[in-house]
Amino acid sequence: MDKKLEPIVKALQEKFSATLEEFRDEAHLFVKPEQIVEALTILRDEHNFELLSALTATDYWPQQEPRFHVVYQLTSLAKNLSLQLRVPVNGSDPKVPTSTGVYAVANWRERELLDMFGIEFDGHPDPRRILMPEDTVGHPLRKDFPLGYEEPQFTFNLEEIDLRKPYAKE
Amino acid sequence: MAQIEEVSIGQFKHLVSERALTGETMLLNMGPQHPSTHGVLRLLLELDGETVVNCIPDIGYLHTGIEKNMEAKTYQKAEVMTDRLDYMNTMGNNLAYVMAVEKLVDVDVPVRAQALRVILVELQRIASHLVWLGAFGLDLAAMSVFLYCFRERELILDIFEMVSGQRMMTTYIRPGGLWRDVPAEFETAVRDFLKIFPKRIDEYEALMTRNPIMMDRLLQIGYLDPAVALQYGVTGPTLRASGVDWDLRKSRPYMGYEQYDFNVPVRTEGDTFARYIVRIEELRESLKIIEQAMNKLPMGPVRSENRKFVPPPRSELGTSMESLIHHFKLWTEGFPAPKASIYSAVESPRGELGVYLEGDGGPKPHRIHMRTPSFDNLAVLPEIVKGHLVADLVAILASIDIVLGDIDR
Repeated sequence: MDKKLEPIVKALQEKFSATLEEFRDEAHLFVKPEQIVEALTILRDEHNFELLSALTATDYWPQQEPRFHVVYQLTSLAKNLSLQLRVPVNGSDPKVPTSTGVYAVANWRERELLDMFGIEFDGHPDPRRILMPEDTVGHPLRKDFPLGYEEPQFTFNLEEIDLRKPYAKE
Repeated sequence: MAQIEEVSIGQFKHLVSERALTGETMLLNMGPQHPSTHGVLRLLLELDGETVVNCIPDIGYLHTGIEKNMEAKTYQKAEVMTDRLDYMNTMGNNLAYVMAVEKLVDVDVPVRAQALRVILVELQRIASHLVWLGAFGLDLAAMSVFLYCFRERELILDIFEMVSGQRMMTTYIRPGGLWRDVPAEFETAVRDFLKIFPKRIDEYEALMTRNPIMMDRLLQIGYLDPAVALQYGVTGPTLRASGVDWDLRKSRPYMGYEQYDFNVPVRTEGDTFARYIVRIEELRESLKIIEQAMNKLPMGPVRSENRKFVPPPRSELGTSMESLIHHFKLWTEGFPAPKASIYSAVESPRGELGVYLEGDGGPKPHRIHMRTPSFDNLAVLPEIVKGHLVADLVAILASIDIVLGDIDR
């Protein structure tokens, strides 16, 4: 971990009783869902983390508690530092308060997480799907969502496979 | 088949102004099939006469589930998907992904491979900016610039074909180094390009920079405030044209960028013209980097000797039992990565291209997320275009240089 980052991490750890993980010089801080907006505000206003570089999630299915980690990757331009906040979320009712008020970039990124993982962001101004069509069932990046597959057609089984293909027949 | 419901204004009620609901302003679709949206992007515009009141981008037409697909492949085989992300920056995407894998499993890269990577990525940056410049000119009705830009881009694609066998989907940069060393003709081809290209940049500038029509269309159009830009996560030339000096090649050097002497062009005007100038300047700076890297290109291997992650050369397979086992294991099973996550970012022609990569102890990634710059750069568009004419919207959209493959993933 960077020397300049240590006091910032320590202050946050004490304030939010957050746990710290380190891997290859990266610092990952675990905070609770209800603390995330405050933590982001403190980092932006007091520690110059102007840029929310990435906002993503990962799914640990079949583990249910916590099933998801929402990942906030922050960058400070003035101090040239990086810090990652992780928010563990349960699988039964995944909900995190929205951070659109702190970083405007979170608007589209949270819509992406809603679309891909079904994680809801409380108070989001525009909770629509962003990448998938409106009538999609399910959330594609969840681990229990099957990866699509198309049967290869050859001359000997072309018509047989054609019958079970899902596109519209005349 | 699910019944597709008709789209009603109710869905967008919170995004448009009151006047749209009473029918005072007009809602108009620009796209998905529209030449100036650079792909399949739909902009829902709320227009008062010809003035844009609100702009609601609708993306996802090119969504191919690349992140999900990569989770089902081993680390080596997933790399081909990165070419398909931002099809104007294939070498850069390879580099971003490969650097993330190398950081996760901790492999060192030989210096010759590092220098060659820099040369190829900078060539790719020039090619990407050339496509941007051509399309930018085309959107402003300057047809000839497009033809000139594609003529020079062809020289770069020829170099890529020479080294990797492919013009666009190269997959040349591999974990631990490169696929193979560059051929003997590589040096002459790059030197020729370095000789030709500076004069060609002057030609583009003679055509465009002081052209009165360009000045009218670009100056003081589409001002982007630096604070707003950072709020929206805008990076790359679009951010630097708003006066924020932030380039990952300078601030967090990777692949030995710290050895090369180059400037980061920054403009403070924040308008469409500034974004144009910054990219033109970047063409010259990239040339400087390529020339320095060519001059001190070290000799030596281009792949790491760590056989646990990098397949052995073909010549060893016939004589060494161990090499054969390594080759077999790497191409059937892949190499395992630790159960941990990393984030690694590079400066692509469009901004910060970050890769969030998480391993689960096995040979396939547990989760991979590409933080693509165009996604965030497009999100700021509604803020810039409010109050501008539709014709200016076309110029602004062209100036932020989006690639839809990069947005939709």
